[in-house]
Amino acid sequence: MTSDHGNERGVSRRKVLECMTWAGTGVLWTVAGGVPSSMGIIGEARAAKPSGLTFLQISDSHVGFDKPANPNALGTLEEAVNKINALPVKPSFIIHTGDITHLSKPSEFDDADRIISQARLDVHYVPGEHDVLDEDVKLYRDRYGRGTKGAGWYSFDANGVHFIGLVNVVDLKAGGLGNLGNEQLEWLEDDLKGRAASTPIVVFAHIPLWSVYPAWGWGTEDAARALDYLKRFGSVTVLNGHIHQIMQKVEGNVTFHTAMSTAFPQPAPGAAPSPGPMKVADDKLRSVLGITDVVFKRGQQRLAIIDQPLQR
Amino acid sequence: MRTIKSRSRVATAFGVVLLVAAATFAARSAPATDAEVDIDQFTFLPQRITVKAGTTVTWINEDDVPHTVASSSKVFKSKALDTAGKFSFTFTTPGTYDYFCSLHPHMTGAVMVEAASGSNAAQ
Repeated sequence: MTSDHGNERGVSRRKVLECMTWAGTGVLWTVAGGVPSSMGIIGEARAAKPSGLTFLQISDSHVGFDKPANPNALGTLEEAVNKINALPVKPSFIIHTGDITHLSKPSEFDDADRIISQARLDVHYVPGEHDVLDEDVKLYRDRYGRGTKGAGWYSFDANGVHFIGLVNVVDLKAGGLGNLGNEQLEWLEDDLKGRAASTPIVVFAHIPLWSVYPAWGWGTEDAARALDYLKRFGSVTVLNGHIHQIMQKVEGNVTFHTAMSTAFPQPAPGAAPSPGPMKVADDKLRSVLGITDVVFKRGQQRLAIIDQPLQR
Repeated sequence: MRTIKSRSRVATAFGVVLLVAAATFAARSAPATDAEVDIDQFTFLPQRITVKAGTTVTWINEDDVPHTVASSSKVFKSKALDTAGKFSFTFTTPGTYDYFCSLHPHMTGAVMVEAASGSNAAQ
């Protein structure tokens, strides 16, 4: 990972994200110099042999969950890790967008670490609300908070892409949604200051930073301010979890995307009385759980985001 | 949950006799009008409840995901309640107590506490 402020390849990094969706199977996002163009499905993306950066997103592993929607969330996390290990292009690192555990128990964190470490990759975490059930967020911060600010936010650079991990699951207000808070927003503004507008930005946080379905709390109260700081950048990708299903939206230069869970699905917005775990037929479960593969190709002006279910 | 709770009561009884005695007196002096709020489908049911001062309200989580019961003015706050988890709070002062789930803040509820004197006078 390098800091890459000099920023020569300005034009090649002035990117806009595109996406295509294959409902329930995979999503492929491409960055293509501002011109919308669909990429092929997973096989083609693989064939393109990315020479830049490949990273992987997993989310909502809910280790410790054992209810009917998935009695073995640890097992499906392991299947997800096996899938990562079987990828033809090894990712540079993993982003975990929170809800690592179901109940913030030390044993659940231990189990999650034991399985995720089998991928033998660096993992960049942000917490979900299930990871901060202890009042002072100590369990999460002791494990994953080194070098982070506040409740665990931070940024880093890789291959010229600037990554920002945000925390929107603490200090939530009655009647509200996800919350970033003033301190974190000020940090974000400062973090982005002086960066070239051509720097591709990847923001990741647990709860969606766009208003997916406020009636279920699927949105972030003060995300607009964060997005305001990001609007001058030519390519912003926002990766979230929390809603346990693939969803995306493109707004100007900003692409929003949510990943599947590795533990259990949740209903589509408004499709059930509540957003609780959704029980699907046993033989369907692995088609609604999965991982997300992200490819940033230098020089080819392409970035692809591919959601892959554990099983088709 | 019930088993665990009764076990811990037994343990307490054997361990700290004096404390148990104190707790028993407290329980006897409270009115027997305890109330229950279910947490089901990400909703507090009933969402608004009116009780007399001195009432102990118990919340029970029926969902497959954890919830909390947190007073908006920080008067009370439960730990995360797993499935079948319970939290109780005794309301001694009349007033309106708004609360929410600190994990899913779109879940809100309220406890309206009325002065107990009215019912006492009637007795």
